[in-house]
Amino acid sequence: MTPEIINLSRDPAHVRHGSNIGQPLTRRDGILKVKGEARYAADNHPPGLLYAVLAVSSIARGRVTFLDVPAAKRHPGVVEVMTPANRPPLAEDPDAKTNPFMFRLDLLQNDKVRYANQSIAVVIAETLEAATEGAALLAPQYDVLPPRIGLDSNESFVPPVVGIGNPSEIRRGDVEADLAAASKRIEATYDTPAQYHNAMEPHAIVAAWDGDRLSVDTPSQGLAMAQGRIAGLFGISPANIHIRSPFLGGGFGSKGFISGPQLLGILAARLVGRPVKLVLRREQMYGPVGHRAPTRQTMRIGVDGDGVLTAIDHHAKTVSSTFDDFFEPAADASHTLYASPAIATSHEAVRVDTGTPLFMRAPGEATGSIVLESAIDEMAFACGMDPLAFRLKNYADVEPISGKPFSSKALRQCYAQGAERFGWAKRPLAPRAMRDEAGLLVGWGMGTATFPALMFQAEARAVVRSDGSGVMETGAHDMGQGAWTAFAQIAADGLGLDLEQVEFKSGTSDLPDAGIAGGSAHTATAGSAIHNAGAAVIAKLADLAMGDKRSPLFGAGNAGVIARGGRLHRRDDETRSESYADILGRAGLSAIEARGNSAADPAAQSNYAMHAHGAVFAEVKVDPDLGQIRVTRMVGAFAAGRVINPRMVQSQLFGGMIWGVSFALHEQAVMDCRSGRILNANLGEYHIPVNADVPSLDVLTVDEHDPHVNALGIKGVGEIGITGSAGAVANAVWHATGVRVRRFPIGIDDLVMGLTA
Amino acid sequence: MKTFDYIRPATVSDAIAAAAEPGAVYLAAGTNLLDLMKGGVTRPDRLVDVTRLSGLDRIERLPDGGVRIGAMVRNADLAHDMDFARAYPAVAEALLSGASAQLRNAATVGGNLLQRTRCGYFYDTASACNKREPGAGCAARDGENKLHAVLGWSEACIATHPSDFCVPLTALDAVVEIEGRSGRREVALEAFHRLPGDTPERESVLAPGDLIVALRLPSEARGFSAHARYLKVRERTSYAFAVVSAAACVRIEHGTIREARLALGGVAAKPWRARAAEEVLAGVRPDPAIYRKAARAALADAKPSGDNAFKIELAERIIVRALMLAAAGTPQRIPALPASPFSSVPGVLHDA
Repeated sequence: MTPEIINLSRDPAHVRHGSNIGQPLTRRDGILKVKGEARYAADNHPPGLLYAVLAVSSIARGRVTFLDVPAAKRHPGVVEVMTPANRPPLAEDPDAKTNPFMFRLDLLQNDKVRYANQSIAVVIAETLEAATEGAALLAPQYDVLPPRIGLDSNESFVPPVVGIGNPSEIRRGDVEADLAAASKRIEATYDTPAQYHNAMEPHAIVAAWDGDRLSVDTPSQGLAMAQGRIAGLFGISPANIHIRSPFLGGGFGSKGFISGPQLLGILAARLVGRPVKLVLRREQMYGPVGHRAPTRQTMRIGVDGDGVLTAIDHHAKTVSSTFDDFFEPAADASHTLYASPAIATSHEAVRVDTGTPLFMRAPGEATGSIVLESAIDEMAFACGMDPLAFRLKNYADVEPISGKPFSSKALRQCYAQGAERFGWAKRPLAPRAMRDEAGLLVGWGMGTATFPALMFQAEARAVVRSDGSGVMETGAHDMGQGAWTAFAQIAADGLGLDLEQVEFKSGTSDLPDAGIAGGSAHTATAGSAIHNAGAAVIAKLADLAMGDKRSPLFGAGNAGVIARGGRLHRRDDETRSESYADILGRAGLSAIEARGNSAADPAAQSNYAMHAHGAVFAEVKVDPDLGQIRVTRMVGAFAAGRVINPRMVQSQLFGGMIWGVSFALHEQAVMDCRSGRILNANLGEYHIPVNADVPSLDVLTVDEHDPHVNALGIKGVGEIGITGSAGAVANAVWHATGVRVRRFPIGIDDLVMGLTA
Repeated sequence: MKTFDYIRPATVSDAIAAAAEPGAVYLAAGTNLLDLMKGGVTRPDRLVDVTRLSGLDRIERLPDGGVRIGAMVRNADLAHDMDFARAYPAVAEALLSGASAQLRNAATVGGNLLQRTRCGYFYDTASACNKREPGAGCAARDGENKLHAVLGWSEACIATHPSDFCVPLTALDAVVEIEGRSGRREVALEAFHRLPGDTPERESVLAPGDLIVALRLPSEARGFSAHARYLKVRERTSYAFAVVSAAACVRIEHGTIREARLALGGVAAKPWRARAAEEVLAGVRPDPAIYRKAARAALADAKPSGDNAFKIELAERIIVRALMLAAAGTPQRIPALPASPFSSVPGVLHDA
């Protein structure tokens, strides 16, 4: 009996009606959420709880010279004020960085201010109100230095790496020569703004110490990483730290690493010796928890006389903080989509006095995609070609930057099915050629979506109990995407049980490490571990049965068995079967367990380029005089490998497409360059689309079987929806108006002056 | 939190006495005030809650044909009052284009007049703002000021008044009824808000203790009901303040505009009545060329206060469009996307 034989997903015999994978189940936690019974971190109130409120810096650069701690402490209800003077010691310097996944933190290590909204003290009180007032009473004074804000505010340099470990510059072929020889060239520069994650749920923590044991409720996209970070900082064993994160009210990358404010909650609890709750105010989320860095990107593209790309040069300038390194890998978006013999991507950066930018949903991919898709659109028009025809002409059959074959790529089908559903064939080539019956300008634009199919490492533990039911455990993260549901579906199929027979445990740090919920890889990574754990425990069951003469499965041997509905069946004679309960009962076992792991397959990684793809088509209407824009229709067709739960996948893609609308038309942090302060740090003025901005959305998923990415063939859908969509909307605005706006979000001010009344 | 007194008077005269003290402010729905207090933008010593005063929540048809709206009437109640909406459709449309359904259910008529600017520097207590702290300076003047004033601004302040409701009210000669320590008085809404000058902290003519008890629209304002629109350009389809807005109301007889009323929002520290434009329009036949002339007259004194020259051009275009829409006739029912340039798009399914 080898695990491969019952590695069910690789065996068509397992694909059967009633299988859980592929079913559009509704969220298993939906009722809890509708009833307000899903317990988020800030909903916890352990006995003796105190409330902590951050005091944050109003300046962006300088030094805190005075805090009126006595005034705060005099305020009724205030228990303690934590400042650099009395902050409990840490075992590790918050400014240490021993690996690229470790980001420097502001944990009151000194009086320095390096960005606006940096934590400068924590007030702990019996009530939230007292702590809030205590924080206000601190009335900080500063030595102020002029902040450096914006892409031109400091000396530019070439970062050593971008993203996580990507080379800053990559060149294939001779871009300069090919540009010089091109029959048509375009060069254009585009600006994207700083954006903030703005998860609905603010970063919150409830921390309680018991000696050197720590219990924490806090939203996390990476439980094991958070556990490790806390352990390092406090000098305690990870095993002593128990984190509960059953639900996140959105993360989008901002909860991938435990942030400074969350750790200050733990420090505050340490200082006062009581449980402490700390919840960020909305405006306090604009600084210490990461953001999407602004970029200025220059595209140079050349084509030959037939409209075939000969050169793509994509250069991105971005920012990082003065004290840490994260460089938005925007130019890397040009590595994978369009075939060109010469491709060059490069980055430069300046250091600014803001919090460190970090991963924000499709980091690099989103910023790069809107620019690449805009430039491709510009070139298609310059060539007199339909944008889809131009993309098809330059379709990449192998990954352009590496020359590797794709593990799978159903982008042609995405183009075809999306275009058909949208009615793209009727699109006039010229801009400003369509009006609706009310006289509004109508434009159609498209963009190609892509996102890498990543795999991290994870582990899961599977148990089959003597009553025939199963348990699956892994410390996975449900950010709202439906992890509770999709993983339970994989668990049920992995265990050969109905969903109701499986207890799925997740969302806490004492379970096996499910890896991070990031890089659109959570379902692939943790799902593969769950699948493998299920296969491993079934293999043990099968060994028990086939080695026992009393079992109807005895001697199944190489024919093997398959697991289904809580029974093992002989593969060569399905009438011969035995229930899990009977197998365990006869063996005198109350339960049987096994673990499964997942990780990227190095051979597949080196042999194949692995990406999800999609095609997004958008219709906008623009008032010809007033410049107001409204997206009226979007169709997205995506190929992302196996779909575990079509309903969840559709929701993820909807969300991504809406974020694309937001990127193109709405979202930006308005920052005062003199003070470094953000002037719209609230959800009233930091615009994201409201319901009235969200058009009729249509998502198609294109079948794609990928035998290389992972055992389940999953590519992930968490981020791809933004890519392509933002560019499609921007291109539709151009097609409606004839005005090419290269500064995002596209605003009324950009169009009013461009449109002639 | 800063401590403050909370007083809930039973009568208007008690309210006025309580609110006449230094540091006192009236609290109605609090849709703006409470946010300002939480952010430390305003730190009143005393809140005088007027939500329980009786008699301020009525919409009354007056014997002379006008309408009197109690200061505590909720925005949504007024907008959905069928008689009111038929008589003053541009006002109803403006109300429904503001904020969100939840806010409109709470926000009051009187409070709408007194809402504060949405200038980001006013809200950011670490930034200089003459309105928040007289003499501190104006960080907006050389800052992020794309959405700031193009009319009536001063070096001391370039903020705008954010109200939608006040724009058609101003066009239609609404009158504010005020009770104060020295009795009742009436002020035309057009004269109610002050331009900033050197004292941007003084935003209206109200004296300490003064309470808005009602708004009145005169009977003549009904004469525009067949040709009245409010148009609002904003950065998203709903739940956003106006970049620029306009109320246009015309009275057309025998194919000629007998009288026009025009006001702009989002361009100044007050709702901006465009009387020069109204003069251009009086007695002419409806025609886009005339509308453009009127628009130029309306913006003749406009100048950018920063990175916002586009607002002048935009305001002119909005005036032209609003006049065209008004001349075409008030729609049978308020559009699903009230005041939106997309209100005419068929198939719009939801209220914004």
